[in-house]
Amino acid sequence: MKRSEVTIGRSGTVSVRRSLRSPLYTLISAPIVVGLLTVAPWVLPAQFSTTLTNFYILVIMATMWNLLAGYAGMVSIGQQAFVGLGAYATLYFALKGINPFVTIPLAVLVCGLIAVPVNYLLFRLRGGYFSIATWVVADTALLVVGTVAVLGGGTGRLMPGLQNLSPAQTAHYSYLAAWLVALVVVFGTSLLLRSRLGLVLSSIRDNEVAARSSGANVRAARRTVFIIAAAGCGAAGAVLTISQPFVQPTSVFSLQWAAEMLFVSMIGGLGTIEGPIVGSIIFFALQQSLQQQGAWYLVIFGSVAVVVALWQPRGIWGAVRDRFHAEILPVGHWVEASPTARRRPWRRRATERSTAPSGAPGA
Amino acid sequence: MSEALLEVRHVVVHHGQLKAVDDVSFTLNEGEVLAMIGANGAGKSTLLRTIAGLHRATSGAIAVDGHDVAKTSPHRRVQLGISLVPEGRRLFSSMTLEENLRVGAYHARKGPFTIDRIYELFDWMPERRRQRAGQLSGGEQQAVAIGRALVANPRILLLDELSLGLAPIVIERIYALVPDIVAHGVSILIVEQDVAQGVAVADRVHCLLEGRTSLTGVPADLTLEQIDHAYFGAELSPTPPPGAGAP
Amino acid sequence: MTWTNVVIQGVLIGGFYALFACGLSLMFGVLKVINLAHGDIAVVAAYVAVFLTPHLHLPEVWAFLVVVPLFGLIGYLVQRTLIQKSIDRDPFTTLLVTFGLSVVIENLLLEIYSANGQVVNIGSLISQSWHPTSIVYISYVSLTVLGVAVLVLALLQLFLSRTGMGRLIRAVADDREAAQLSGANYRHVFGIAAAIAFATVALAGIAYGMMTQFAPTSGGVNLLFAFEAVVIGGIGSLWGTLVGGIALGVAQQIGAHINPQYQILAGNLLFLLVLAVRPQGLFGKKTAFA
Repeated sequence: MKRSEVTIGRSGTVSVRRSLRSPLYTLISAPIVVGLLTVAPWVLPAQFSTTLTNFYILVIMATMWNLLAGYAGMVSIGQQAFVGLGAYATLYFALKGINPFVTIPLAVLVCGLIAVPVNYLLFRLRGGYFSIATWVVADTALLVVGTVAVLGGGTGRLMPGLQNLSPAQTAHYSYLAAWLVALVVVFGTSLLLRSRLGLVLSSIRDNEVAARSSGANVRAARRTVFIIAAAGCGAAGAVLTISQPFVQPTSVFSLQWAAEMLFVSMIGGLGTIEGPIVGSIIFFALQQSLQQQGAWYLVIFGSVAVVVALWQPRGIWGAVRDRFHAEILPVGHWVEASPTARRRPWRRRATERSTAPSGAPGA
Repeated sequence: MSEALLEVRHVVVHHGQLKAVDDVSFTLNEGEVLAMIGANGAGKSTLLRTIAGLHRATSGAIAVDGHDVAKTSPHRRVQLGISLVPEGRRLFSSMTLEENLRVGAYHARKGPFTIDRIYELFDWMPERRRQRAGQLSGGEQQAVAIGRALVANPRILLLDELSLGLAPIVIERIYALVPDIVAHGVSILIVEQDVAQGVAVADRVHCLLEGRTSLTGVPADLTLEQIDHAYFGAELSPTPPPGAGAP
Repeated sequence: MTWTNVVIQGVLIGGFYALFACGLSLMFGVLKVINLAHGDIAVVAAYVAVFLTPHLHLPEVWAFLVVVPLFGLIGYLVQRTLIQKSIDRDPFTTLLVTFGLSVVIENLLLEIYSANGQVVNIGSLISQSWHPTSIVYISYVSLTVLGVAVLVLALLQLFLSRTGMGRLIRAVADDREAAQLSGANYRHVFGIAAAIAFATVALAGIAYGMMTQFAPTSGGVNLLFAFEAVVIGGIGSLWGTLVGGIALGVAQQIGAHINPQYQILAGNLLFLLVLAVRPQGLFGKKTAFA
């Protein structure tokens, strides 16, 4: 990791500005990419839109997991609880006669609300115990939902409200729903990280003790992130249900989601916004090419994630960013000594250096 | 005299980006007591921990009997004869007094200090041997920490801030042991914030200021004024207070 | 099934949970590592017992004589390489690495041995049981497993309190740096602790295979139970883990008695209740708490 000798003169002052509002190439290419992807289902064959829909769902989940783990330092292996709860909330509202697409924001709300008491319970634990406890919560949610007969019990149930649409229409509309939600989540996260809360999160990510002693309210920030991540995963679950209308506890509450979120974020690059996207691309590429080999793709992906964790913890995007100083969605700041300083003015990127939260020195 | 027991040459140690020890050199000879004094944050503890192997020096050499120990891990340095009594005692709080000593004895070198010998040195210990270390008083814990280090039969005993948090009479009693320990063939490097205590027990004194050596010498040759200056880095008073002079 | 039987079955299974969990507890207490692959190691041991020890012309029921020491050795090696490397980075990495390993192991087993249930063949012993009264039955296997669990825990406790290495392990758990200063090679001590953890969980895995069917995903569900047992009993206490295991077992049996669907749920609810009301567990000393 690069180090810098901090040598600012006492008489100088410091100015802080955003690290470029957005690099030019993003501003130009973003609308083009967005436009292309929006019309994709009418242009590409059906299986591509299905794959892309699943891709967006993974990106949503990975972005949320990354927010939790890469920025707030909480490793959760139970986010599938909210994926499942979002899915079942959608099912519930659809059964009440509400249009399935309208249920998405409702599902988000429900998951956010449920996250509040869950959060109070889980925050009694730290580290690995927190992680396993999140899994217990997910397991409990699965079991509880499985006992509710009207939602299909253990065997599951078909989503109502989509039968009057043709399969092509369902595919197109669920694609658009997934695409829209993914856009909202990714740009929303980007905006969040550019906000004051984002600054707090980045400081927690880099050094929790220093963050606390600088006055950051670490606990409140973590709570907020937990609730946001729950809501986001709920959205993913809602979209999932619409695209695969048969809802079953073991599939929507599956630990597989946790594994995928985790591996994708690790390999893509923890603590960056682009990381989950990069990781998802790699994941889908691998999955497509190893489709015939059953569970081998998970074995390979998992092994790669372990290797990445041990030897290149910043992930692929982290490595790219270090090398080329590239950024698609910049969230950092530049700190400059003002020209009146007696010493040489220097530049240093303030909030971006490490990725996985490092323990305090000597811990 | 043959080469020094412990030789520290131009050692630089960093704490992250901070230079905690800046080009410090000294030697410790057989049978000597060297006091490293200095204010809080002067780098003394960092230096001691580096000698014990818990920190890596950025540059410079540390040699025992002429052999460089820079690459040796802390537990192996114990085998070479370096034992550190760390700042804050750091006893194994869930274990009893005797168990603490037994852990120290597990990888001990051959020598005069056995657990029984420690019990002779500290005669209050035998009846409290089964008490949990966490329940002992500060002074008692300090004694156990010293015992735990001694039982490994070191040649070089490093004592880090013995007097922290202890009452004066307790500190006196602990320092009274120093000649006894030296008589058993142990050389001692003491780190102390309490100047009077450090100077009183030492054969030589080495003062650190912000990581750098500011003064070395024999206590008999140094005035209080000189030590103050070296300790704080500035004149405290233009004339020495009445009754001051060689300690 | 009467309530007495429910409690008895709960106690029997509780012994098994404690055996399963003591390695988890040890690794957390000493290495400060939560091994998310802990359950999967047990399952691998069961697979090894069923598929690989026959090559040694050893009846499956005696497989543990070979498998347990083997896994002890594997534990030492895995700790000195992979786990130590992740500890050197940060606790975050250990979670990710052990979770990754868990997924890799489960899916490897799935690919190699398929999802079919397997059992460790112990011949006719499986169905024999003891009937102290007409409505209470205690299967010999379960009783043996409980006995083994208590024995292993007692031996482990003796090892930790009476032997030199046991003291070193406790010292490293208390204060790793101070232990180094006393001459202990903490990496080696970590290795020993991991070896014990792997060995005990391998034994538990084989025991599991004797009591019931196992499949590649069995590790996950047992990890959950082991973790719940440790938290309910109190982190840092071996006997607490036994009590926690029994409490969990009894809760599960009560739940099952009401409705078979509620078995695991009842255990989860007990866990969440303890978390809400008394997070340090029944006998907890160390804290993993905010």
